[in-house]
Amino acid sequence: MPERYLRQSALAHLGLESRAVDDPGDAGLVLCERAHLGKVGLRGDAGDKGFLDAVAKELGFALPLRPNTVAAGEDVTAFWLGPNEWLLAVIPYEGTPLAEDLDKALTGLHAGATVLTDSRTVIGVSGPAARDVLAKGCPLDLHPSAFPSGSCAQSLLAKADVLIYLHEDGGRFDLYVPRSYADYLWRWLEDAGAEYGVAVSGD
Amino acid sequence: MQRNRLSEGGRIDRSRPLKFTFNGRPYEGFAGDTLASALLANDVRVVGRSFKYHRPRGIVAAGVEEPNALVQLGEGGFEEANARATQIELYDGLDADSVNCWPSPDLDFGAIVGRFSRLLPAGFYYKTFMWPPKLWMTYEHFIRRAAGLGKAPKAPDADAYDKRWAHCDVLVAGGGPAGLSAALAAGRAGARVILADEQAELGGALLNGHEEIDDRPGLDWVADTLDELRAMPEVRLLPRGTVASYYDHNFLAVYERLTDHLGPQADAGPGNPRGRLWKVRAKQVVLATGAHERPLVFADNDRPGIMLAGAVCAYLNRYGARPGQAGVVFTNNDSAYRTALDMAAAGIAVPAIVDLRPDPGGDAVQEVRERGIEILANHAVVSVAGAKGLRGIEVAPIDPSGKGLAGDPRRIACDHLAVSGGWNPAVHLFSQSRGKLDFDTDLNCFVPGQSFQAECSAGACNGTFGLAGCLAEGHAAGVSAAEATGLTGKPGKAASAADRPEGSIRHMPTVPGKHPVGRGKAKHFVDVQNDVTAADIALAVREGYRSVEHAKRYTTLGMGPDQGKIGGMTGFAALADSLGATMPEVGTTTFRPPYTPVPFGAIAGRDVGALADPARTTPMHGWHVSAGAVFDSAGQWLLPDHYPREGEDRRVAVRRECLAVRGGVGIRDGSTLGKIDIQGPDAVRMLDWVYTNAWGSLGVGRCRYGVMLGEDGMVMDDGVTARLGEDHYLMHTTTGNAAGAFWWMEEWLQNEWLDYKVWLTSVTEKWAVVNIAGPRARDLLAELTRDIDLSNDAFPHMSVRSGRVAEIPARVFRVSFTGELSYEINVAAGFGLALWNAVMLAGQRFGITPFGTEAVHVLRAEKGYLAAGQEIDGTVTPLDLGLDWAISKKKADFLGKRSLTRSAMVREDRKQLVGLLTKEPGIVLPEGAQIVGELRAAPPIPTIGHVTSSYYSPILGRSIALALVEGGRARIGETVSLPLRDRTVEAELTKPLFYDPEGERLHA
Repeated sequence: MPERYLRQSALAHLGLESRAVDDPGDAGLVLCERAHLGKVGLRGDAGDKGFLDAVAKELGFALPLRPNTVAAGEDVTAFWLGPNEWLLAVIPYEGTPLAEDLDKALTGLHAGATVLTDSRTVIGVSGPAARDVLAKGCPLDLHPSAFPSGSCAQSLLAKADVLIYLHEDGGRFDLYVPRSYADYLWRWLEDAGAEYGVAVSGD
Repeated sequence: MQRNRLSEGGRIDRSRPLKFTFNGRPYEGFAGDTLASALLANDVRVVGRSFKYHRPRGIVAAGVEEPNALVQLGEGGFEEANARATQIELYDGLDADSVNCWPSPDLDFGAIVGRFSRLLPAGFYYKTFMWPPKLWMTYEHFIRRAAGLGKAPKAPDADAYDKRWAHCDVLVAGGGPAGLSAALAAGRAGARVILADEQAELGGALLNGHEEIDDRPGLDWVADTLDELRAMPEVRLLPRGTVASYYDHNFLAVYERLTDHLGPQADAGPGNPRGRLWKVRAKQVVLATGAHERPLVFADNDRPGIMLAGAVCAYLNRYGARPGQAGVVFTNNDSAYRTALDMAAAGIAVPAIVDLRPDPGGDAVQEVRERGIEILANHAVVSVAGAKGLRGIEVAPIDPSGKGLAGDPRRIACDHLAVSGGWNPAVHLFSQSRGKLDFDTDLNCFVPGQSFQAECSAGACNGTFGLAGCLAEGHAAGVSAAEATGLTGKPGKAASAADRPEGSIRHMPTVPGKHPVGRGKAKHFVDVQNDVTAADIALAVREGYRSVEHAKRYTTLGMGPDQGKIGGMTGFAALADSLGATMPEVGTTTFRPPYTPVPFGAIAGRDVGALADPARTTPMHGWHVSAGAVFDSAGQWLLPDHYPREGEDRRVAVRRECLAVRGGVGIRDGSTLGKIDIQGPDAVRMLDWVYTNAWGSLGVGRCRYGVMLGEDGMVMDDGVTARLGEDHYLMHTTTGNAAGAFWWMEEWLQNEWLDYKVWLTSVTEKWAVVNIAGPRARDLLAELTRDIDLSNDAFPHMSVRSGRVAEIPARVFRVSFTGELSYEINVAAGFGLALWNAVMLAGQRFGITPFGTEAVHVLRAEKGYLAAGQEIDGTVTPLDLGLDWAISKKKADFLGKRSLTRSAMVREDRKQLVGLLTKEPGIVLPEGAQIVGELRAAPPIPTIGHVTSSYYSPILGRSIALALVEGGRARIGETVSLPLRDRTVEAELTKPLFYDPEGERLHA
């Protein structure tokens, strides 16, 4: 394996680590890049008990089956993307072993796992103005009554496709964004947050 | 000195004086003033000149409906045209000028137009300037200068604007008594409420009077209501927020002014936006938008000092400013009697109330009588004196027919005239929502009728003008809106106010006068903003413009910034009168969004400059920037076009890059190519459908070129697909068409091929691609990998291998778009830059040269390879392109197959792909140049085709071009002509392949 430092996150060129602060002060918007998260795309038939059982056995928890819901184990979070599509967010970074294990477990079924770690990056959005900033670019209703903690949804933020996930504790939104849009989206977020004050935090 | 300022009262802060400038002269006003109220307080009577006749005009209204007091506000990046003085909150240092006059509104050269107004009837421009059409551009230049209002600012807007989405259970438009009642009821019931009002201060008409609610001052009730609303976490108040537009599915736009009341901001920018456009999705909408007062149409009813009666109340009660020293009220209804009482209370002499009605009744009339003000019932104002400011009026009794006068005029001295012709509910938003209007003959106005969206109207906009009714209707609307969204909280009780009976209204489209309309010198304006008179409407009818929409366009009635808020209904009434029709028969013109102007900047929001469109970049982007690359875009992607060295222009750089690839080895960033991962046992079945050729025979580890057609048989996309495993394929698409190809296949899988076991995953962004091409490519790759056998037998052209390159796990495709030995090394995107650097380092001893998209185009054109957007333009079939070899004869079907056999698709004279070599080898043809077979002396000369790609080929030392030419393949060898702008070029048609025809270099 090549040196880990050779691998660059989508926003590495922005030097975010040097801008990160521990205390965001009175900044209304706090942004970070969650660069070290593995991602695996999972396709399979939600109506096939064999598929669901095999995945549950491998992950240690059942896949979410209701639209826009999320299920999580210790190191893996599974997002419902469609009736036959999930995205798994994996700690540690790589994600390849999980994909390989899943592929093995799913042998003989019409199902497949694809490593997507480098396809997307994750931008964390928190702070008291987080909802106001997201409302500038996202047509979805992110009010707690419509988008409770632990929800996910695929939508547009400004002109980028995103998967939006609100953490279980309600404290942070994670935006899964295609790698090539990450620079645009980060700049858009900084611009949209300008009237509330923006701070960068560590991962 | 503020000559017309009342010593006390109003909602202004006399302890905070503000300096401002109007038409270059300094004035002083107070915090809480509008520019209009400050001008009135300073006794500035002429505020501008009219649109067409340049007549002096004064302030008419106190709100959005103001037709005259339009100003050019601010300067430089903060300049704004046609701002309504009635809506400009005064700030220190404000600087405004009148529009449509020069050098000043008091002395205006353009007014000479008014002297010739008899020569400028409605439709004048259409009649006079129609012929000859050639001269229209000349006419237009002068017409535009003479007519019109403000001037477009020249400097770029210095402000930033924001826009955002919002969702709510109930959106309340309007913060008067009805709107506040609705918001309170809905908020108490637990609804998420947005209450937007165009004013800085909520309270609506209550701010302009002294009505009581629940037996105490109405404004105390407003204050308590606002306190309660502000304490509700799910209620959002948007003062200075105009609900501008009502679209389908209860989608509304609200424009909120954030900094206008503060003046130009030193820190203008995204951190301090000037305004915010709210894009609101509301489950229910309550419209509480109030009403606009109608003027009366009488002789010279546009003179400065003639104002709407309700506006006079607003200036007296809200702003502590009086319009003058002596004022007469002219009305056809009860509401203006309150104005007379307010005027008298403010110390204004009120010599008379002139009432069109023979027998005025109602509470307010009684109060006026008790006050001892003379009421001239059944009288009309028949003339006015004072072109630059009212000096007096003449009144006369009306005859029994209501068409003429029954006595001699009597003169009354006064410096202002408060006019009321009744009230028009502000049905704009209701009408925008597609709601149908009914005509209320008692009130003589249009009121909301059938609804088409989840909304209801409450209060004055519903024709309920009394305060008690407004409070009750607003409350009921809030309750039912909350209930409709399923909320069950307790809405509380409606506030109450005294019921005040009012007399009826006497409608007269035009007031009888000394002369019939259109005779005499006087003008009877129905629309002061657009200088449209009752005579113009009558003329339009005589000339056949009988439909309200036609009459509008012929006379310009209801156009311009105020969109007929004052003049529209009076114009429709005049039209009905001329036609002998009823108001419902005439109807109204269409109410279009926005209700009042919204800055273009707010509509653009922050989608400007670098944020206008995403720039998608590859993992190696930073390297390209450091290397001085000049970028080109492919869709949203940014890619190096070429890498100029010191002193090189594009031509020289591209030539160097091309020769490096042909002679040694070049390196290119291929990351943007579309990549779709295809898995499942039915992958081949799907590929056989979407591509024209057959895929069953492709072995694992091999690649094949495929052509994708639309159902119309036209080429949609092309690219190389590799078989990675038993049921596993990777499809490459063109950069710009990656999403299109993906959704094309998903559409078929999700709608037609439901039983196919295939999963598609877009992996474009997963991989960074480093392409090395040239005769030394293999030698270079050998330096970087140990576990891939690179020999021609083990790793032939059109195959794929996995291994490590520079120690990074990689998938290497041996494919070529340059005609050279070529490898595309794919690694996880995060390693893209590391791989690029490793390849550059290892490539030094081979003289490795980065090349950009322009060099790629030259190289692929030398080989006759196709480019999407050039040869593939959506109108060509694979047969046109000479791709017969890629069409399977064995397959039963594929998408587009049936279309390929239609007679028009197999015609011999369809445009076919050919090569083009100019007789003079140095001439590079422009792309898009038209090709003619036979050159004629004069047009028309039929064209037989066009140039699709054209470059100078460094390796061949001459120009080359690809072209689509009718029946081109049969014409190869013929000479054609290309008439260009400055010369005609001759060229020979050839095969579309200029270099290495046997493909030896590819397979080397």
